[in-house]
Amino acid sequence: MGSHTGTSPLTQRELIAEYFMEHRVQVLELAAFLDRLDRAREIDADDDFRLRSIRAALDVLVDGDGDRVQRVQMIFSDPRSELLEELDTQSAKGAYDPEA
Amino acid sequence: MEYIDLHAHMVSRTTDDYREMAMSGCVAVTEPAFWAGYDRPGVDAFIDYFNRLTDFEPKRAATYGIAHFTWMCLNPKEAENRELTRQVLEVIPRYLELPTVLGIGEIGLNRVTKNELAGFKDHVDLAMEYEQLIHIHTPHLEDKWKGTKVIVETLAADSRIEPHRVMVDHAEEHSVDMILDNGFWTGLTLYPVTKVSPARAVDVIESRGPERICVAAACDWGESRPLAVPEFIMEMRRRGHPDSLIRRVVYENPIEFLGQSPKFRLPDRERSAVAV
Repeated sequence: MGSHTGTSPLTQRELIAEYFMEHRVQVLELAAFLDRLDRAREIDADDDFRLRSIRAALDVLVDGDGDRVQRVQMIFSDPRSELLEELDTQSAKGAYDPEA
Repeated sequence: MEYIDLHAHMVSRTTDDYREMAMSGCVAVTEPAFWAGYDRPGVDAFIDYFNRLTDFEPKRAATYGIAHFTWMCLNPKEAENRELTRQVLEVIPRYLELPTVLGIGEIGLNRVTKNELAGFKDHVDLAMEYEQLIHIHTPHLEDKWKGTKVIVETLAADSRIEPHRVMVDHAEEHSVDMILDNGFWTGLTLYPVTKVSPARAVDVIESRGPERICVAAACDWGESRPLAVPEFIMEMRRRGHPDSLIRRVVYENPIEFLGQSPKFRLPDRERSAVAV
């Protein structure tokens, strides 16, 4: 269970009745994206840091330990506190690359 | 329901957006100075931008009965250029005297570099010197946690800072607690992909409560939704929350924060001529 137990005013039954369809499609979209990667003309990024972060996030979704969104956010995050000496790129990429 | 969009880059939006925001209940917007999507060529470009923020945009918004306020700064994406930062900082004080300028913002960090932090501190000094409210941009995506931590620690170490006069914006699930726990206001910016969805914003309100939290569209030149706050209102109702709680988040909380500036005034509905 998460650390904010009981803060949703809706019951589980009510949440599922209201929101199942829109989350069903999100699961299917992710499944299709992973299949698309498998079908790629060339398997040339299987160790890409962004793909690794998605796989790690998927593990969190099913481990049953709660606080999923915070833990997934931290998987995507740069965990360091050091300042960069100078600007390396103008925009973020969406996931932390420990080898960059 | 009436609402205030505390973070909207209206220079990037159409007049039709103002119209639709007005028809959906928006009574006021505040517009922080930000990055144009490209680096501006020099201080003159900033002066042109600041003139638009303080003259043209308030007039355009007023056509639809929306009060328009703004914040002044050189944004963190351009703060790597220290000389440009110094030049822009020199022209900002003249704008702080204008009737629709609420403070300094949106300052902050982007990739969390040494020069960005130096520029951030320069702006904080300016805000302290002129007794201004501060509006802060926290970095995007993988830089969010790191950048928010550096910003919060920097401000917490500054004895001049009164946290209740600072909005640390663009919070997400992994950054909101460190902002609130240090006494700052925070904002959840409702974006289709890169920030917080209306549904996740409602989750944050449910789990943390409404104190010192605002929501905003942060609509700009990228994929964004000028009607994101009404989407949030709809999602709150879908979850079974009363209008009293929703109104606190979208209307009363912004007034409580922004009202710390004597310049913040809502439109007088009895007298305004609205062209909708």
